[in-house]
Amino acid sequence: MDLFYATSFVLSIISASTPLLLAASGELITEKSGVLNLGVEGMMLIGAIAGFATAHDTGSALLGVLAAAGAGIIISLIFAVLTQTFLANQIAAGLALTIFGHGFAALLGAGYVGIAAPTLPKLAFPLLSKIPFFGPVLFDQNILIYFSFAILIAISWFLRKTHAGLILRAVGDNHDAAHAMGYSVLKIRYGAIAFGGAMAGIAGAYLSLYYSPLWSQDLASGRGWIALALVVFSAWRPYWLLAGAYLFGGITYLSLYMQGLGVPIPSPLISALPYFGTIIVLVLISRDRRRTRLNQPACLGKSFHAVV
Amino acid sequence: MDAPVSPPTPAPPTDPLLVLRGIVKQFPGCLANDHVDLTVGHHEIHALLGENGAGKSTLVKIIYGVMKPDAGTITWDGKNVTIANPAQARALGIGMVFQHFSLFEALTVAENIALGLNNPEDRVGLYDRIVDISTRYGLPLDPKRAVHDLSVGERQRIEIVRCLLQNPKLLIMDEPTSVLTPQEVQKLFGTLRRLAAEGCSILYISHKLEEIRALCERATIMRLGKVTAHCIPAEKTARELAELMISAKLKTQNFGGRAESTQPPRLVLDRLTIRSNQPFGTDLKDISFAVAPGEILGIAGIAGNGQTELMEALSGEIPAGSPKNILLDGIEIGHEGPMARRKLGCCALPEERNGHGAVGGMTLSENGFLSANLRGALQRLGLINRKRTREFAASVIERFDVRTTGPEAEARSLSGGNLQKFLIGREVVQQPGVLILSQPTWGVDAGAAAAIYEALVALAEGGTAIVIISQDLDEILMLCDRIAVIAAGRVSAPVKVKDATIEQIGLLMGGSQHEELAHVPA
Repeated sequence: MDLFYATSFVLSIISASTPLLLAASGELITEKSGVLNLGVEGMMLIGAIAGFATAHDTGSALLGVLAAAGAGIIISLIFAVLTQTFLANQIAAGLALTIFGHGFAALLGAGYVGIAAPTLPKLAFPLLSKIPFFGPVLFDQNILIYFSFAILIAISWFLRKTHAGLILRAVGDNHDAAHAMGYSVLKIRYGAIAFGGAMAGIAGAYLSLYYSPLWSQDLASGRGWIALALVVFSAWRPYWLLAGAYLFGGITYLSLYMQGLGVPIPSPLISALPYFGTIIVLVLISRDRRRTRLNQPACLGKSFHAVV
Repeated sequence: MDAPVSPPTPAPPTDPLLVLRGIVKQFPGCLANDHVDLTVGHHEIHALLGENGAGKSTLVKIIYGVMKPDAGTITWDGKNVTIANPAQARALGIGMVFQHFSLFEALTVAENIALGLNNPEDRVGLYDRIVDISTRYGLPLDPKRAVHDLSVGERQRIEIVRCLLQNPKLLIMDEPTSVLTPQEVQKLFGTLRRLAAEGCSILYISHKLEEIRALCERATIMRLGKVTAHCIPAEKTARELAELMISAKLKTQNFGGRAESTQPPRLVLDRLTIRSNQPFGTDLKDISFAVAPGEILGIAGIAGNGQTELMEALSGEIPAGSPKNILLDGIEIGHEGPMARRKLGCCALPEERNGHGAVGGMTLSENGFLSANLRGALQRLGLINRKRTREFAASVIERFDVRTTGPEAEARSLSGGNLQKFLIGREVVQQPGVLILSQPTWGVDAGAAAAIYEALVALAEGGTAIVIISQDLDEILMLCDRIAVIAAGRVSAPVKVKDATIEQIGLLMGGSQHEELAHVPA
């Protein structure tokens, strides 16, 4: 394979992995606070249409990204009110959020099918971007790709080094103790859910404004679910999340590539490859149940009700 | 009592440190605090004494700002204050060590301590300060270790060090010794006396009378949400204190010491070894003992030494490695699950009433069915026999004096003591050959506990072998024929209760396995 193919191969993997990484980063923070939000797919779709519509109407893709983040926050706050204030079951509320997101995004997007919107700009570093292979891969990328790495590093630092991150982990580990010490479990979880919503929204905008820059209601095509699986696969560790996202992005791209080459395997089977990969890796990872439970936020998915 | 270590001599303060007047706290269906008054002086170790459910924990949560009182005033150092949250309590100089530790298992000692400090900037040099305080007060701690690796005694030290780092004027300790060995209790008392001598008042909550007599200068006694008496504990006998606490003349009970059985054992454990399925669990190692018909065996030990795992292994929730590890009337049952064991006559009731022993959202009838459907013949051809199920629950309710609206009441609507009576009754009525119980009277009032004890003794007299896993040493000494101790997943050889000494039991609870109880001269 010559350099041109190698470059385009890596670029394709990066662009296929980024939406997973963005959405999973948000969900990681949500789950670290002890909340399981299964509505990632729905929030992504809402973000995708909000971003697309705003970019189309204003002519600014960046405003689109901001609108997508805002829409993700608003939608996630519905989930937060249901599960945190009214103590609804998180699994049920999350599934409802995904179904609602599908339908509502399709409704909002009805007038935007088949039209174009401005796409996200690339940020090319002068000179550096001219280096063969490394230039296009590292220094001539879409701004959201830089953002996905920056936010991941920030999350890792936040969780390990800051007092606020410590509080977030504490709330996820033992919400009763955190409450007894005077931390507001509810406020912290609302914040974590909103962050998850914003990141899912941005992941949606990445899809509709860059990855396949047209609106269609099937845009997310299961990426929200893969992002959720990745959080578990990484055992709630940011850099494993990065590895996981790129592994699955890689398999996804490889399966497309194989289809293109006409490998004599039935194409539905090839399309299923990333999902098979997910399942196999998840099973391998969770073989040692003790270890998985150790890393998992102990209060994940449990409702918290303070007696005051 | 230790002489105070070089007491500093501050000017005698005019006002007491803390005064509560007319504190009222109402929960749905329960008046937890009914016009409670409490005064704690400077340098004082003050006891707050009462049974489970008397309202002690609610009161101290109000002092620490976790709960808000419905009425009443709090005066701190002569000034009226409102304590809206724990951070404010800490700022005033109030520290609290919780009964169920407020620790985060997945975090390190230093991280846990940092979470309890008001100012995050305190983290600079936190490691040094932790080591400094812990050596000064004889509370050794390694700040870098993760909490899930630590023993219960070490965990309590984290909480105490966390409080001491903020130079508190009042340290509240909620049932601090329920998880400690007798030796650890003595060390803790030394630390507390030293703190009091250095000017930190201590509010000490307990229902253990001898401890309060040994440690506390004054006591406030609560019952059913009200203050019933103030006294100087050293001037009262334990019996007098107990009578103030439950306001009824105690009859001395001693159930143990039935005639020895010469029949073959009903339950035999043979080198049972099990790996815990919990990330912070304790593995069971090489456990062997036998229980004869009519015998009650008590298994003492501090929480977290493998009690949960032993219970699950005996009930069948975790199958043993080999069928031969557990024998019921000579039948190998190690591989069987809970239903099969029940059918063969081995019934079990775990520690956690709601969620493990009973399904909170189901009715008492349904909860009865879940356990007794085979032995009570409550099903036919796979269908529930509603009538018999109702009758079964009604008979348990009547025989065990369960206070409830009837068999169709939801399990979670019952108070802890009543639900426990129902659940124990549910097992007893099935006339099992072997009955295994964990913490049978935890959180149960004295009257209900006495009823439970009587039912268990009657069952044993009918030839049932009973195993009681309990952290309440007094309960085991009173009720059981023989006692064994579980520590770090190993069970010591059982000995007769009348031959055992508290010192030896304490050493075993602390994990010194080489000193077997069996070697104690009678």
